[in-house]
Amino acid sequence: MALFTFKGGVHPDDGKKLTMDKEVIEYVPKGDLVFPLSQHIGAPAKPLVKKGDRVVVGQKIAEAGGFVSANIHSSVSGTVKAIEKRLVPGGGKVESIVVENDNLYEEIDFSKNIRPLEELYREDVIDIIREAGIVGMGGAGFPTHVKLSPKNESEIDTIIVNGAECEPYLTSDYRRMLEEPEKVVVGLKIVINLFEHARGIIAIEDNKKEAIRLLKEMTKDEEKIQVNVLKTKYPQGAERQLIYANTGRYINSKMLPADAGCIVHNVDTIISIYEAVIEGRPLISRVVTVTGDCIEDPRNFIVRLGTDYQELIDAAGGFKTEPAKVISGGPMMGKALFSLNVPVTKGSSAILALSRDAVAESEPSDCIKCGRCLEICPGRVMPSLLCDYAEAGDLEQFVKNHGMECCECGCCSYVCPAKRHLTQIISGTRKVVLAQKKG
Amino acid sequence: MDVTSIIIPAAVIGVIAVLIGILLGKASEIFKIEVNETEIKVRECLPGNNCGACGYPGCDGLAAAIAKGEAPVNACPVGGENAADQIAAIMGGSAEASVRMVACVKCKGDCEKAEDVYRYVGPESCRIAANTPNGGPKACAYGCLGYGECKAVCEFDAIEIVDGIAVIDKEKCKACGKCVSVCPRHIISLVPYDKEHIVKCNSKDRGLDVKNICKAGCIACTLCVKNCEDSAISMDGNLPVIDYEKCTNCGKCAAKCPMKTIS
Repeated sequence: MALFTFKGGVHPDDGKKLTMDKEVIEYVPKGDLVFPLSQHIGAPAKPLVKKGDRVVVGQKIAEAGGFVSANIHSSVSGTVKAIEKRLVPGGGKVESIVVENDNLYEEIDFSKNIRPLEELYREDVIDIIREAGIVGMGGAGFPTHVKLSPKNESEIDTIIVNGAECEPYLTSDYRRMLEEPEKVVVGLKIVINLFEHARGIIAIEDNKKEAIRLLKEMTKDEEKIQVNVLKTKYPQGAERQLIYANTGRYINSKMLPADAGCIVHNVDTIISIYEAVIEGRPLISRVVTVTGDCIEDPRNFIVRLGTDYQELIDAAGGFKTEPAKVISGGPMMGKALFSLNVPVTKGSSAILALSRDAVAESEPSDCIKCGRCLEICPGRVMPSLLCDYAEAGDLEQFVKNHGMECCECGCCSYVCPAKRHLTQIISGTRKVVLAQKKG
Repeated sequence: MDVTSIIIPAAVIGVIAVLIGILLGKASEIFKIEVNETEIKVRECLPGNNCGACGYPGCDGLAAAIAKGEAPVNACPVGGENAADQIAAIMGGSAEASVRMVACVKCKGDCEKAEDVYRYVGPESCRIAANTPNGGPKACAYGCLGYGECKAVCEFDAIEIVDGIAVIDKEKCKACGKCVSVCPRHIISLVPYDKEHIVKCNSKDRGLDVKNICKAGCIACTLCVKNCEDSAISMDGNLPVIDYEKCTNCGKCAAKCPMKTIS
């Protein structure tokens, strides 16, 4: 059978073999935990605790500051040390709740939250998901309850579980699909049942053979669920590309997946939905890949949110050589870190320590008009042209030439033989345009 | 060759030329465009940079607006008092006294005084760099990045990047305000030309945090507020603000400032 795919894209060396065969292990933090109040898109959460309060695992410590916002729960027991601005992986300082860890990990009774699935109506399920503070865990952090309440509810016909994991080095989704496939299937069923006409697709790249076999096996009797095998290519897991590959429907920057009748969830998000609805547990942990050629013992950890990055790197044996660059997230779209004292947030998928800084090594030169960036651009825009407009400060032409359709995947910078900083310049200019529109 | 073969065409063309001449003469009378004499005179007094600082589309636009009485005679910030007086003479009436303003960069954290937290690799543009973690490599999230976005837009060659921060030449600056709007960190503002003391720091962080990362930043000690005899200085959060209506240039604030932020 032909593989599902889209036009364009690149195939970098994936580096996944470092961690893909190692089991996920739990890491229990020892130091203080930091909970930024803004780990999601939308309004920051409002703190419900104050300095000196004692909190326990699973306790809601901040509540959503609006409809597009999310609750935050403590992943540790201890005392609130401070509510102050702390550095987050994105690089800015965000108001955060700092909890001093008493190492007791005293929990609230999660079983009280559990209600039999048959008794739950659609609104109840969405309520549970909202209460659990679940957001898209692929990185963007869009609140899941908002995603599940589209305006055109009856037109939603496809729920896609994004198991593509196209970013090089990352294996957290793959390991979760291997180790907890039943949670993925049941979680998907819960979401499918929210929509009358929906069917489910689990989309996996064909380099994850074991996960494909396992999930096909588990869903062979499920009428409404199918497993689609995608071509291994970056950015196969980007929302727009994923929807096109699986359904042939096209969306642009002004549309939401729901406009094409689709809802896309990351594997981790689906598992969190399962844990919230079936086990009554709020979102307090996630799987993080700690990898790269500088890490002594690269592996996947199941980590409590708020754990310090440095602690997690130490848990992976620390650095075997001094890294040239440490990235939060994958190498293509992740953010470079300048401090390792940042907390794991709901959107932290990986910590990547590389001995070579490929970007810093290459000096950009003038465009040689080879057209490679045009060929591979999955957003079908013209990166070289947009970059020229951006450098000249011509925002009008930038927008006219569809600069806002760029998804900042990084493919153009990756292929550019002149080593121009295409993605960086285009993404920076997009932010300038967005800021202008706002104010 | 017969001479008439030259004379006849010359005569015909001559007649045609006279006819066309008369026609054009009449046409220019019929289709005459009314030119506002004042507008042209006003336009001659304007500097002609077409910088747009007045808010009108170029100097022609402003001249038309002044001639119509829609804009005040001192609307051109670049021409300053000189132009305002000339225009006032043309328009009849006098120019209101306008205060000459100059742009000023509120940051003294140059390469030596302010730390960088990482090495930035990318285009030399403040707007792009402002989107990287921490809003740029500088430890201080409020200070001048020094990639010269302001220098590039300055029509008057008044801005130089010295030691990693923008420095504005007070004499060359015409207060057109382009640098003010282009700076992604909003650290350039217009201050009166004759005022000598300016708070050259934009950090809204606590004093201790500033001290840890910058040797020239305001530590919010409030000594300037306490020592100002004209009570022209007040604190806005962690930064002092000088009210230039009250300031008398006495210089006590600059003398007392322990970080030499005010200068």
